[in-house]
Formats: sequence, structure tokens, C-alpha cells
Amino acid sequence: MRAVASAPQPEAAQVSVRGASPRVQLLRRFLLPPIAFIVIVLIWQLIIVAFSVPHYIIPSPAAVAQALVTQRRMLWINAVPTIFESLGGFLLGNVVAIIAAVAFVHNRTMERTFYPLAVAIRTVPIVAISPILVLLLGNGYSPKVAIAALITFFPTLVNMVEGLRAADPQALELMHVLSASKGETFRYVRWPSSLPYLFAALRVASTSSVLGAIVAEWIGSNKGLGYLIVLTTYDFRTALLYSAMALASALALAFFLLISIFEWVVVRWQR
Amino acid sequence: MNTAVEIACRGVGMVFPTSAGPLHALQDVSLSIRRGEFVSLIGPSGCGKSTLLRLITDVLHPTTGTITVRDGPPAQARLGREFGFVFQQPGLLLWRSALANVSLPLEVGGWGRRHTPPHRPEELLELVGLAGFERAYPRQLSGGMQQRVAIARALVTGPPILLMDEPFGALDEITRDHLNQELLRIWRATGTTILFVTHSIPEAVFLSGRVLVFSSRPGRIVEEIEVDLPYPRQQGIKDTPEFVRSTAAVRRALAGA
Repeated sequence: MRAVASAPQPEAAQVSVRGASPRVQLLRRFLLPPIAFIVIVLIWQLIIVAFSVPHYIIPSPAAVAQALVTQRRMLWINAVPTIFESLGGFLLGNVVAIIAAVAFVHNRTMERTFYPLAVAIRTVPIVAISPILVLLLGNGYSPKVAIAALITFFPTLVNMVEGLRAADPQALELMHVLSASKGETFRYVRWPSSLPYLFAALRVASTSSVLGAIVAEWIGSNKGLGYLIVLTTYDFRTALLYSAMALASALALAFFLLISIFEWVVVRWQR
Repeated sequence: MNTAVEIACRGVGMVFPTSAGPLHALQDVSLSIRRGEFVSLIGPSGCGKSTLLRLITDVLHPTTGTITVRDGPPAQARLGREFGFVFQQPGLLLWRSALANVSLPLEVGGWGRRHTPPHRPEELLELVGLAGFERAYPRQLSGGMQQRVAIARALVTGPPILLMDEPFGALDEITRDHLNQELLRIWRATGTTILFVTHSIPEAVFLSGRVLVFSSRPGRIVEEIEVDLPYPRQQGIKDTPEFVRSTAAVRRALAGA
């Protein structure tokens, strides 16, 4: 995972594929991914039939689809806690990261003291921290939220520090000539210019917070998609396992889309 | 012409400490600029012209010498919001529309609530020839248009002093000539004192009543050239003998600098 995102390049998005008409381009963009998906599913089905793979090793796509429908209650009951844990972790991790970034940019001593600590926390693998947090915080929501928060914290911190520093020096000098207060300089210049960087981090965080919640559920939980994944693996209920995986992936994708829409609305001047 | 002194520098020197030892940017600069004057500073790259503008606006503090702006220290003038500054790059806030960029100085410190702005932001956009672009974002404007927004922004509080640091340096010659013409029109309409930094000899002569020629680092004023051409000036004056004589004088001074 790359933590530091470079500033978005507005021109790049508009470069068109040479020789393709806009209609063909639209088809390529919106039709090719589903076609690729369908082809992969077909190959999957074909392999299972051709090599007679037992259903408890790899379920057929049809069986997974069936499990998604017939077990929808079971899936939904376990999706709800995962949704809350990842949302909670996402909010907590990012809010703390943003506050820390603002403090770092305004206070060198703070940065020198705590930045190495943040890096140190980052270097410890999340699967190693998780059991410790479960021991500390028990079996409820809190360790899951904490782990999801931890996994989102660092990329946002790094990007936000970068973003707040990326303010146009001439705009900053202008604020000085206008005798603007520190708060005004922050509100008018630093904060808005950091937003593209922040959203780059939030997009990463949107999917990794789901990952964090699921990893946390593996370690100690009796509900959630992570729990369901572990349970169905041991029980060889592979169709349900695959549908839980699909749901987890759909959840992460939904978060990602939500953030992208939010970005599109907030950072409209980038377009 | 009004003879009140607007900006006075006496023996101003500026030394920047660097890892390679002290860097002498300016040395013993003395000048005085009268109210309503249009003065250009010209000199080789890195001769400290921009530094001088930053000393006058209290962004930097001189190592030696004193600067007075309207009979007070630069900090007082800055707090009194007496400067408009146009930078080399437009320095617009990309998330604000052209109109919102122009009104920024009114919002900072609540200036617009405590004073009656001399111009409405819409009028200023019209003055710089951008009527109809109020809602456009900087990314949607050309470099020349962005720089005009920056000029409108610098004028919105009606500051008595306008400092311009190579504002048209990054523009093509056609746009530059056009903006020069507009700047003279705005200057005559507002009576602002303008201190203008440039690398272009014709630009300096075309705009100014006086051209101050700087030496290379450490920057000193080596010559002061009065441009004896009446205002209003049109592009046509560039072909007159007086114009050619003045540019030749500036060029000679630069060669000796």
C-alpha cells in the first residue's frame, strides 16, 4: 500500500483513446468489466465440471449464488456488525489522523515527538496487534473498531501532513500581506488545499477499514463477516464462505464508491 | 503630482544566512517613492528586487537600514492593509470562483465588514476585462486571465500601494502588452502608487515614470532613469525616439551594472 498519493492530475483523465469514438469509449468503460467478470465465472464453472472438483474444496458459482439468496438472513445478521465496526473505525482513525496532522504542521515539537511513534506503530503487523487489543478491550465492538481505526490511521496521517504542507507558497505569502491570523490561513488556504490529499487517503482507508474489522473478527468474535468466514471454513460450508467473501468485498466497494461520490461533490474545483 | 513620500528606504541591506555562508541580497539601497508614482525596478536575476518588495511589505525584515511606508514602519502599513500584492504566479485559491478569489481580501480579518470597499468585486472583474467569468474556477481560466483575477484581488480593498513582482513574466508578449495597457488604465483610474518589478526593458519604460536599475548581487541601485513620456501611453509610443532613447539608457545602465 502506498501511503503518499501525489496530487491528482486533472488533465490525465481527459486523455482519450486514440481513434475511438466517444460511444465506443463508453462501451469499453462500462461494458468490458462486466464481460470480463462473466467470462471468469464461466471458466470457474467449467473447471469445476471438467476436473470434478469436490464442492467442499471449491463451490460452483451457481452454489455461491444460491447461498447468497437462501442464506441472506444469516449473511445480513453478520454483515451488520462488520458495517458498524468498519464505519466506526473509519471515523475514529481518520478523525484522530486529521487532528494529529494539523497539530504536526503547526507544532514542530509535536511532530518530532510523535511522528516516529506513529511510524513505529505502523511497522507492527496488524495481525500481531489484534490479539493484544482483543485481550485489552474484550470481545465486543471496541477491539474491532480500534483495529479498523489503526489500519486507517497511518495513511491518512501521512497524506494529510503532506497535503497541509502542499499549500501554494504565494497564497501563504498573500495571507501574510493581508495580515491574516493563523486560523484564517488554515481555513482559507491550508485546509482546502489538503482536501485532494485527504480524499486520496480516505479512498484507501474506506477499503482497509473493512479489512481491519474482518481481521479483528477472526481473532475473537461470535458475529460478523470475519467470524462467518472462519466458521464456514472449519465447517467446509464453502458456498456460504464464498458468499461471505463476496459480501465483504461488496461492502468495501460500497464504502469506496461512497467516498468517491463525496469527493466528487466536495472537491468539485478539481474537475 | 502629489509630492508626499509614500515609501522610503534608507541604507537598506539584506543578508540571508545559508549553509554556504551569508548571502548578500541587497546592499545600501536608498530610494523614495512619491504618492501616485509608477516606478519600475529592473535588474539581473537574483539581484534582490523581489526581496526588496518583501521587505517593504513586512514579509521579511532588513538586516540593516530603515524602511518607512506612509510615515510608519512596514508592519504598521501591513496591519493597516495598505498593500496590494501581485505575485509572479497568480496564487489564486483553486477552490474559489474568480469572484470569490477577488473578494478574499474583504473576508480576511473581516475587512469588508469594518470598511466600505471602494469597488465591488464584480466591478473589478469588469475593470480587468473578465465580466462574465465571475463563477469560473481558476483551472478554467488561461494564465493571463488568472493573472488579471490576481490584479483585481489586489485592488479590491483599494490599497494605496500596489506591489507587483514580475506579474506578467510568465505570459506571452501579446497578452503582456495588453495587460500593460490595462494596468496603466487602472493606475490612472485609481491613483495607486505602484512599485513594479520586471525583467523586461520595454515593459519597464512603457509603464513607468521612473526606472530604478539594480546591479547583480548584492543588489544596489546603480542608476535612476526618468522616462519623459506623457500619459496616457499607447503601444504606438514604443516606436518614438524618446521611447527608444529611454530603453537604450536602461540597457546601458544594465550593461554597466
